[in-house]
Amino acid sequence: MSVNNELLRVENISKQFPGTLALDNISLNVKAGEVHILFGENGAGKSTLIQTISGVHRPTKGKIFIDGVETVITSVHHARELGISAVFQEFSISSNLTVEENIFLGSEITKGIFLNKQKLREEAKKTLEQLGFDLEVDQSMSYLSRAKLQEVEIAKAFRTKPKIMILDEPTASLTEKETTKLFELIAKLKSENIGIIYITHRMKEIQRIGDRITVLRDGKFIDTIPVEGSNENKLVGLMTGRVVDQIFPKIKNNKGDVRLKIDNISDGTLLENISMEFCAGEVVGIAGLVGSGKSEIGRACFGIHDINAGKIEFLGEKVFDSEQNINNLSPSCMLSKGFYYIPSDRAKEGLVLQRNVKENTSLPSLKLPNFGNKLFLRRKNEKEVVTDILKGLDLSPFNIEKNVEHFSGGNQQKVLISKALTQDVKLFVFDEPTVGVDVGARILIYQFIRDICERGSMVILISSDLPEILHLAHRSYVMHRGKLMAELSAEETTEEAVLSYFFEKEEKGKSINYEYRNTKQ
Amino acid sequence: MNTETQNNNHLIKRIFVKTGVLPLFLIIVVITMSIATDSFLAEKNLLTVARQSTYLILAAVAQMIILLTRGLDLSIGTMFAMSSVITSMTMVALFGEDSSPWVVIIIGMLAGMGSCMLIGALNGVGVAFFNIPPFIMTLAMSSIVAGLAFYITGGTPVYGMPDEFSEVFGYGKVFGVSTPIIVTVVIVAAVYVYINWTRMGRYLYAIGGNPKATELSGINVKFHLFFTYLISSFITGISALLLTARLESGESNIGVEYPLISIAACAIGGVSLFGGIGKLSNVVLGAIFIILVQNGMNLLQLNSYLQMVAIGILLIFAVVADNYRVKLSMGLNN
Repeated sequence: MSVNNELLRVENISKQFPGTLALDNISLNVKAGEVHILFGENGAGKSTLIQTISGVHRPTKGKIFIDGVETVITSVHHARELGISAVFQEFSISSNLTVEENIFLGSEITKGIFLNKQKLREEAKKTLEQLGFDLEVDQSMSYLSRAKLQEVEIAKAFRTKPKIMILDEPTASLTEKETTKLFELIAKLKSENIGIIYITHRMKEIQRIGDRITVLRDGKFIDTIPVEGSNENKLVGLMTGRVVDQIFPKIKNNKGDVRLKIDNISDGTLLENISMEFCAGEVVGIAGLVGSGKSEIGRACFGIHDINAGKIEFLGEKVFDSEQNINNLSPSCMLSKGFYYIPSDRAKEGLVLQRNVKENTSLPSLKLPNFGNKLFLRRKNEKEVVTDILKGLDLSPFNIEKNVEHFSGGNQQKVLISKALTQDVKLFVFDEPTVGVDVGARILIYQFIRDICERGSMVILISSDLPEILHLAHRSYVMHRGKLMAELSAEETTEEAVLSYFFEKEEKGKSINYEYRNTKQ
Repeated sequence: MNTETQNNNHLIKRIFVKTGVLPLFLIIVVITMSIATDSFLAEKNLLTVARQSTYLILAAVAQMIILLTRGLDLSIGTMFAMSSVITSMTMVALFGEDSSPWVVIIIGMLAGMGSCMLIGALNGVGVAFFNIPPFIMTLAMSSIVAGLAFYITGGTPVYGMPDEFSEVFGYGKVFGVSTPIIVTVVIVAAVYVYINWTRMGRYLYAIGGNPKATELSGINVKFHLFFTYLISSFITGISALLLTARLESGESNIGVEYPLISIAACAIGGVSLFGGIGKLSNVVLGAIFIILVQNGMNLLQLNSYLQMVAIGILLIFAVVADNYRVKLSMGLNN
């Protein structure tokens, strides 16, 4: 053991990817029996840092010391041998194998050329027992919940008797009960002098299990501070480099006529009798955890999530009525009426990454006379219109002929939003508008929301980012498991109020976690 | 000195990233063939190459617009066979002592074109509306169509079409240029306008690049997919009619190699097999390249079976080179 029980020390690590410096001179150390929190916005470099420590990437510059000895980690396998095990957000689990097969994947115990099944089973049982996980070794993974998958992943990491465990947002999809259990396990690991690097966005978790916090921003080391004595404002300040008021603009509320009316809609699987109303000139938040049905509401109104009961009225016109068999819900139809849904997953549903910015921006509007006559495109016009729109959004670098895949997350998000600006839109639905974007782009997106709202458009803000809802929405709906739990006015929308509806009724009153961002990055 | 070589290296990389492997391939072929044979660069030979290329150019263009949508057409060869058989049988059936040859030719061509577009339409319906993977749909279709074509003809060539058909469309010349070349130039020009200057063309790339995002942008993806298969079969039909006229007979076994070489021409021309990326000019060059290679190998009197080996190797090499190009371009762009 070296000085101070230091298990791991990272000294001035940099990681250069083609074109971006993902890590810039970062140092940190992890002591035996401590939980070291890594804190920072999306894209701050947390993932790259733990991937470098766990052998996925090699640092471009800098040194890594393990137990005081300078070490070059050559692979994930090598890192494991050195006692560093990571549980990443994206599970490395093969879903058609069993629990036991997954735990030993890649390091099966063999007798000659054959698997030693008996030994494998014993070892797997022993590992699960030690961790206190309630899992059957021969269960197939495909039937397990996310929490159980997480347990398997942890068991897999634990099998090699690690000295350092890395947990990347492990509670992102766990319920309160499962989280408590995970924290008990972490306490147990601590008592066994294992060092833990823990990534989270949730303030309350930091207070509950953390010992020290290292804050990263834009790939740079900002500070390492003890958890004791830190508070939310200080951490957010360190994380964003700004005070909260600079991030969220004030949006005037000029509530006008009702534009979208949802009356008792259900989809037969998740959504149950949802009724909501949205008016011109206001920002309405829909809050909820993943799987609460919050984005399904926006998707249903846009015609990409099937519903089977209820009524939807848009601009006074019935677009869906299960009793009268009216169903005009489809993207092309809703778009032509001025309803625009901006999806949460820009790579999957939003953008054609391998085409240029110009083509992406104009795609929804090519049918309009601005962009073409009956037969041919008016490409010169297209270029001018798109140039104007993206100048307004501050695309950088400003090159609309460049493929979208070559832009940063924040700028891709700007392109995604620009698609809605090529036509006359009366209602914008933003589904998680700031996932994976940097602070700069985030501020721009919020200002954009303010501008369109104050110009009389209606904005629906679907988000798991609670501060976003708290600071921007004039009114909020809270969803839980497909049911509408509450409608809150701006004054009533406090963290406590919203969070109290996020969880099961019976869990109310117990210690409840703040959900800062519940989606994966 | 050192930095200069580095800069040169960088420049070569940049050119390679921009243009792909094709120009390199073309230069290598032209140089080796003109050294190895006397007749390769002769005017007569080059004209032959130009005319021979037309059928493949059209087939490759037809293949390309489907590849752009993340699709694939393995039935393109049997479309050739079916159009050829239907065209010739219709003409033979109608052609008599007192019938006007041009009426017979037009009806025959319409019938052949109709049969080809019917196959395209069926492919389109299967892929767009029944969500059958293009690979399976067109593979199954090629079996069905090949079976029918052989069944109708018994596998023997159909002779007896009006002579005017091949005189005009097979061997004819307008202002000294072969008809097939003229037709091909017209079609390629039309396709250029289609994919670059029309909405539908733009949607080809968008659908291939990200079908879901395209749907959410308010575009009827199913209809456009269907329509793409229809247009593609129209282009294939033109090529099939020209080839039938050239052969002066209806053949149920023509076009067997077309699925492979049309895809090869596209791949060598840098069309992504995952959709959304591809340039028409490069596809045309890709097709010409393949014909050049075949022509050169013929002049060298290379065994035709070995020629098949060579084309296969070229295809693999082209794709490997293109993967490398994509990797390089990411390095340079970022």
